[in-house]
Amino acid sequence: MTQEHPIGLSIRGGVKVYPGTRALKGVDFDLRMGAVNVLVGENGAGKSTLMKAIAGVETLTEGTITMDGQTVSFRSKADAVAKGIGIVFQELNLFPNLTVAENIFIAREPTRFGVDIDAAAQSKATRALMERLEQDIDPDVPLGTLRIGQQQVVEIAKALAQNARILILDEPTSALSAAEVEVLFRVISDLKAQGVGIVYISHRLEELIHIGDYITVLRDGMITAAQAMDGVDIPWIVRAMIGDGSKEFPRTEPPNFGAEVFRADTICLPRLGGGYTVDHLSLSVRSGEIVGLYGLMGAGRTEFLECIMAQHPDSTGHFYIDGKLLTERDVTGRIARGLALIPEDRKRDGLVQIMAIRENITLSALSRFTRLFHLNLKAEAAGAAEFIKRLTIKVASPENPVSSLSGGNQQKVVIGKALMTDPKILLMDEPSRGIDIGAKAEVFRTMRRLAADGLGILFVTSDLEEVRALSDRILVMADGKLTGEFSGQANPSEVIAAATRHKVKEHRT
Amino acid sequence: MTVATAPSFDKTALILALLRMRTFVALILVFAFFAIAAPNFLSTANAVIVSKHVALNALLAIGMTFVIITGGIDLSVGSIVGLCAMMAGWLVLNGVDLGIGYTVWFNTAEIVVIVCLIGVLVGVVNGLLITRLAVAPFIATLGTLYVARGFALLSSGGRTFPNLTGKPEFGTDTFPLIGTGTLLGLPVMIWLLIAVGLLAHYISRRTTLGRHIYAVGGNERGAALSGVKVNRVKMFVYMFSGLCAALVGIVIASQLQASHPATGETFELNAIAAAVLGGTSMSGGRGKIGGTIVGAFVIGILSDGLIMMGVSSFWQTVIKGLVIIMAVVIDQAQSRLQARVALQQEAALEK
Repeated sequence: MTQEHPIGLSIRGGVKVYPGTRALKGVDFDLRMGAVNVLVGENGAGKSTLMKAIAGVETLTEGTITMDGQTVSFRSKADAVAKGIGIVFQELNLFPNLTVAENIFIAREPTRFGVDIDAAAQSKATRALMERLEQDIDPDVPLGTLRIGQQQVVEIAKALAQNARILILDEPTSALSAAEVEVLFRVISDLKAQGVGIVYISHRLEELIHIGDYITVLRDGMITAAQAMDGVDIPWIVRAMIGDGSKEFPRTEPPNFGAEVFRADTICLPRLGGGYTVDHLSLSVRSGEIVGLYGLMGAGRTEFLECIMAQHPDSTGHFYIDGKLLTERDVTGRIARGLALIPEDRKRDGLVQIMAIRENITLSALSRFTRLFHLNLKAEAAGAAEFIKRLTIKVASPENPVSSLSGGNQQKVVIGKALMTDPKILLMDEPSRGIDIGAKAEVFRTMRRLAADGLGILFVTSDLEEVRALSDRILVMADGKLTGEFSGQANPSEVIAAATRHKVKEHRT
Repeated sequence: MTVATAPSFDKTALILALLRMRTFVALILVFAFFAIAAPNFLSTANAVIVSKHVALNALLAIGMTFVIITGGIDLSVGSIVGLCAMMAGWLVLNGVDLGIGYTVWFNTAEIVVIVCLIGVLVGVVNGLLITRLAVAPFIATLGTLYVARGFALLSSGGRTFPNLTGKPEFGTDTFPLIGTGTLLGLPVMIWLLIAVGLLAHYISRRTTLGRHIYAVGGNERGAALSGVKVNRVKMFVYMFSGLCAALVGIVIASQLQASHPATGETFELNAIAAAVLGGTSMSGGRGKIGGTIVGAFVIGILSDGLIMMGVSSFWQTVIKGLVIIMAVVIDQAQSRLQARVALQQEAALEK
């Protein structure tokens, strides 16, 4: 086996420290050439950090990277590219306004006598690459006109054009249709045959078993398993991913379920080019209940929450709060009816970074402190101080910009902002994203306490451990549909199976 | 001030305090310089002249500040000044001919209201283009810049409306007083600046609307998801900017007792300069009305003092440009320092 697939790159004792967290804690990783090296782990386990270290995007704090018996150190992505390492990120780094060929040769355009771009040579080289990948893509069409799957192929071609011998694919299939996945897999096996070493990151376990030759499992910055793919099945992966004794966030308050506070009735959100992103989805939440909406990336969970918050005017279906139909068509009205959203992307959607902590907390509930049109600053400051205390947000001064806080405290500010509107139902999109383990536990405790006070909570996560630890009820979503409902103590492999079921079925047909 | 309550009054805090009040410091420096270098600079007569110059630019800059805080820009204000000056001139001189042998004449107060509404209306057009049709603010207001100027020229065929002294029988003989009259020893237009300045300051600091203006500029998406009615906020700022421009147009027509269709050309640039000099961030979310007014005074005193010193007007233009660039450079340094200090404070707490 080892002779067949020589090790092309290895990491020994890899440590990566970010302010506040250790993302990698002494990782040993071998990358085999001419094979698909699968990398799996939960969100925040350190997969992306490990790959970024290999691709030169990040530098390891400790540890060595060895290639062909020589220690290498990449100070930039360009260093790694020079050594034949290419990476295709989850979010494509392409220019929709430029042609396919221009995208592939961006920043290394072939020139005629160093003056103008040799467009003919560029197109010719691109055409050759497309032939190698067996793709029928015209080098001279604007990239934006291609389907996502084809764009992914262009990104791969871009890496190959730089003579990549090692190709890292970070969740390449999350945005692809079943047919496009087939195409990608064919491209991967061709590359494998040509001796390229591929690292493949995905959450779709069935897919991993289907395509992988070697598997490495990461958990909390450590490698918990690494072996050839023979004999590996889903329960094995899940065990390695989340461990036997899962970390508990024990419930201290007794459950206190009341009447139904929120119901969604056949919500649909049409997808561009046919089909549905949210597909006839119905669910309900009782007061005091924490419902976890689990699913993989691209399952339509975020879009569903956005439908609830009136962000998609073309969505259909009805929402009910306390049994009464929700007729308000704008965010302001829906907040007034008792809905509150904690968005997934704090920076982009949750906070106004340059405003003070106080101003962020009170932003949704300024009417509380306003008489006619006069804003009572004293009352506002007192209100903000009350929530800072209630949520134990650590701040030096509420007048500092919110951007100066750590991720966990920023998240609490967003929660405070939502709570200040006196919501009946709290929608949380990946509430623990980008915060360290201590802050995570505190956010979870806060959620528990709020539920005990009678709030209904619907939270979205792609962290299996989190959904099991926190939910009174787990709903699983895949391809816009609900594909399973479990109690909080559900068997993890069943939950994962429900989350991947739909895609895989489609995939086989 | 945060500085006063900071536990250790160190060098960074002092620098930060100075940087934060930089426009004011600049004002004092400029003032002190000319007080020494230019004879007669400190005379009362000169002070009145300077403040009259400054008042017009400051009024425009106040409206502009709100627009820039939301992350937009209003290039049309200069043209609104011209259009509104022409409309005021028209109403004083010709009234409104109903076309059946009757002409409706308005008194001064009515003219002021009508002309203000015209300014607001151009603001509404700007706002609708930006919110409903998603035209970039720069382009939308560039378009209305030309359209409004065109209408100003059309209204008189490019000629000046002369002798706007008004007629007592129509109650317009008070019209020249807007630009030339005084109240308690201060020119009326200074009172106007004080009133509009206080109102704008109040809106920005003590109303929900004001807070929403900052939120929209800081993070439009985040503000929308927090329940801020973004489109309404944007409509308001362009309407308010139009109103400020209309007031300036009326004052100029009244002051000169004539209105010329080229009135207000390039005023928008002076207004932007005052706002930026006063610490308003072009990327939105940051700015103060008080800062803008001080900024307008710095520009005004600078050009006035240079004239008194006999510096060539060509050099004045160069100096004005350099001052603006310097202001922005210092502004960048200040925000970086401020962010670092806040980060240190919070990081110290985390430990």
